[in-house]
Amino acid sequence: MAKTEEEKASKKLEKTAQSKKAQENLTGLAEDLYNQFLQGIVPHITLPSRTKGNIEFSTKEDVWVYGDQETTRSVKTVRGAKTLLKTVHLIELLIKEHLKNNRGSTLREIYYISENWDIAKFHEQSESDHLIEDLEIVTNLHREDFHVRPEEDGAAVFGPLRLREQTRRGEREMHCQEDVGEAGYQIPFNVDNVEFLSHDAKMVIAIETGGMYARLIENGFDEEYNAILVHIKGQPARSTRRIIKRLNTELNIPVVVFTDGDPWSYRIFASIAYGAIKSAHLSEHLVTPKARFVGVQPSDIVDYNLSTDKLTDQDMQALRSELTDPRFNTPYWDKQIKLQIDLKKKAEQQAFAGKGLDYVTKTYLPERLTEMGII
Amino acid sequence: MEIAEELAKQQKAISVAEFFEKNRQILGFDSAPRALITCVKEAVDNSLDACEDAGILPDIFVQIKKSGDYYRVIVEDNGPGIVPEEVPRVFAKLLYGSRFHTLRQSRGQQGIGISAAVLYSQLTSGKPTKVISKIAPDRPAYYCELLINTAKNEPEILKSEEVDWERPRGTRVELEMEGSYVRSRRQSVLGSLKSTAIVNPHARLTLVEPEGNVEVFERVTESLPKKAYAIQPHPDGIELGELIKLLRYTDKKKLRVFLKETFSSIGTISAQELCNRAGLDPEELPTGLGHAEATRLLMAFKQIKVKSPPVDCLSPIGEDLIKAGLEKEFRLDFIATTVRPVSVYSGNPFLVEVGLGYGGELAKESRLEILRFANRVPLVYQQGACAITHAVESVAWKNYSLSQPTGSGVPVGPAVLLVHIASTNIPFTSESKDALADMPEILTEIDLGLKEVSRKLRRYLSRQSVLSDRREKEEIIRMILPRIAKKLSDVLEKPEPDIGPVVAKIMGNLLVYRRLVQQDGHLAIRIMVENHSDLVRSFQLHEVLGEEAVAVSPMAKVIPMGDGYDHHWKLSVGPGESTILSYTVHSDGGPRKEPVVEGLEAEIVTGARVI
Repeated sequence: MAKTEEEKASKKLEKTAQSKKAQENLTGLAEDLYNQFLQGIVPHITLPSRTKGNIEFSTKEDVWVYGDQETTRSVKTVRGAKTLLKTVHLIELLIKEHLKNNRGSTLREIYYISENWDIAKFHEQSESDHLIEDLEIVTNLHREDFHVRPEEDGAAVFGPLRLREQTRRGEREMHCQEDVGEAGYQIPFNVDNVEFLSHDAKMVIAIETGGMYARLIENGFDEEYNAILVHIKGQPARSTRRIIKRLNTELNIPVVVFTDGDPWSYRIFASIAYGAIKSAHLSEHLVTPKARFVGVQPSDIVDYNLSTDKLTDQDMQALRSELTDPRFNTPYWDKQIKLQIDLKKKAEQQAFAGKGLDYVTKTYLPERLTEMGII
Repeated sequence: MEIAEELAKQQKAISVAEFFEKNRQILGFDSAPRALITCVKEAVDNSLDACEDAGILPDIFVQIKKSGDYYRVIVEDNGPGIVPEEVPRVFAKLLYGSRFHTLRQSRGQQGIGISAAVLYSQLTSGKPTKVISKIAPDRPAYYCELLINTAKNEPEILKSEEVDWERPRGTRVELEMEGSYVRSRRQSVLGSLKSTAIVNPHARLTLVEPEGNVEVFERVTESLPKKAYAIQPHPDGIELGELIKLLRYTDKKKLRVFLKETFSSIGTISAQELCNRAGLDPEELPTGLGHAEATRLLMAFKQIKVKSPPVDCLSPIGEDLIKAGLEKEFRLDFIATTVRPVSVYSGNPFLVEVGLGYGGELAKESRLEILRFANRVPLVYQQGACAITHAVESVAWKNYSLSQPTGSGVPVGPAVLLVHIASTNIPFTSESKDALADMPEILTEIDLGLKEVSRKLRRYLSRQSVLSDRREKEEIIRMILPRIAKKLSDVLEKPEPDIGPVVAKIMGNLLVYRRLVQQDGHLAIRIMVENHSDLVRSFQLHEVLGEEAVAVSPMAKVIPMGDGYDHHWKLSVGPGESTILSYTVHSDGGPRKEPVVEGLEAEIVTGARVI
């Protein structure tokens, strides 16, 4: 399945167009600030406020996005003024170094580049990361469009899927069971360079822990049930969420999420299925609203009599905070979270090993997936 | 025999020494670290009192040595010394002293402290206390070894002799006792001496610690504290029993004389008035008065207004030395002090002094440190039980810029508080002298003192916040805005924008800016004046031109000058308002310099020169 020259050319054109758009939008932001000076308006930018209180459900896309609350960042305070100065420095870097020269940097590199910006230097990486997210929001683009990439690539995929990746060294075609090692196919940071060719999958299982991912591969679950396994490595990176979304929408494969049974894992599921508070501006791009939660459910702790740990004070606090989180405001989560608060217990995915190494693949998952109507 | 008679055989008097032998915690010897602190404190207090009485600048040497399982405490001073006959009773008889029967401010009051230390020493180590004292350079020093006979509360002299001692005069006491030496906290020998040094800036204190480390607290003033004089009791708050006792045992023959001589602040006139009000004959014999007459006299005391007791019975530290003391021990940004006037509780004059230090290197998130002092003695233990703490807790500190997370209690913030109460009789809650009792008059005075220094702090902080607000804006304008403008011009490859209008807005200034338009050989000029402040600005605006302008709107006054014409407008611009001036000149007759504003301060004008 070789690509035609035409396709390649159009792809390249598309890329140039996107890069041009990024330049235009960033320049536009700089011009807004410049004109504010000319008009004697105190320079400022306006952003949606990125808090739990300001996310709302978009019925158009079935995902959670930012609401109408806005915050203004102006030069009236030293903090605001410094942030705007940093923003302008960052815009210059992105336009002059990245887009004009077709180069890129990682988030961490940007933090180090700012060493030379004197009073505009970032104090920690979270500050520059946050500012880049702000620029995504203001320009309505993604950081990939600015040629900014995260430090580590996304996680791994294993399963009956053939794809083609556009790498810096040419195209690579591979099958995610036959052509990869035991760890699976490494998801690149820009998932839109990947093209799905063919597949034989009935479901995608996104798995929180490496231990469970390896268990399913060792037990041959992917072959037996035609499942694409995605290792999400804790809180999922954007690329991981993006590939899950594309598998679901482009190939129409149902997605289920399998995590530990504790409040932090429910947030992993939420960021895949509903959107993350920190990056709600990207929800439409990253979120898979049809993704469903397999477990470990608090009710499984009772039903399967799993070995458990006690909830810590932080766990309890996190659960209570989820009860007021609009994303968890469904009868299902309300019931499960309240049950867990009563139980005061949590269970790891690995707890199934207590009933034998095959229990999770022979009993638990088949039962749950049948219940959910997936097999 | 009846049971009561049986029991009566067992009844017998208890010597005070025996009592304290069994109840040593009352005197402050309840734990091993505390025993050392109390012992040093009692000896040092005595030395300071003695030096002050004799008008000597105190130089006190304290050494603590490990000696087998025990600690040896040595305290040596350069005071007046004690005559040999008195030494045994001063050190080895409880409730023996020179201060109990006089009304005068001193550290020691009852004559218990040092003998209690001797008692504790002999109880725990079984060793006698060794004393050397010398009263003049040409007299020999007297040396003795003492124990207390607890059954009789009398000294037992084991050994006494004349010895050579290198000091010209002074006293040295050496005690051996069970104890434990702690360092690096306020409740330690070092901490307690440090506090003592703060309120006794005229003393030099030297401490040699068990490991050999030497700490010297140098004096910061050469002048001795004002000497406190003994006075008669003050009639305010005197109780009936006390009055009856005074009447019964007086040697005065006339009531009028009795009143004048027994009480302070009562003169001939008030004595007369008291007698009138009580319906008593001023010439009556005081010892002949009964309970009913005494009650009437007491009522009369409450009715008349007697002037405050004389200040000279008290020796306050003074605002300057409180400040010096705090500065010596803490790095601070600001110190407020106050000395309250003399007041009276139960016939005892007292006064309150307060010092409040703020900022510097004090921790921002920790609770206010309270340094409590009574008659120049630091109070180290039982902070929670003390009237000073109670007064601090009941102030609404958030009105005074310190936070009080629970709404009451000791506030949080980078502050240290010094409270000193001086009195002829300090009302302690117990014999160990740890905490002041909650006398209402004392609480009121402390409260007033705290509020005085707090108001000073609040004024300081609000001044600071105005300054820091101004500094913040200056930082934005000097450092940040020009850089943003420069970067924007770099990115957009356009000329740098004028930041003047934005600066005027941020600073709340009057903004003046001029636009020039060329049109067929003429210059049309507009000057915009915007007032971004909250006040009406009235001023004159000058433009110096090479020629007289035409089409001037509004009309300007023109004064010819040597090399041109000064056009000026009298303007008054309301807050948030703006006005426009315009005129036309020939192309070569335009303004040579920026516009000039007359009648405003330079800081509040942007875009024009100010004269």
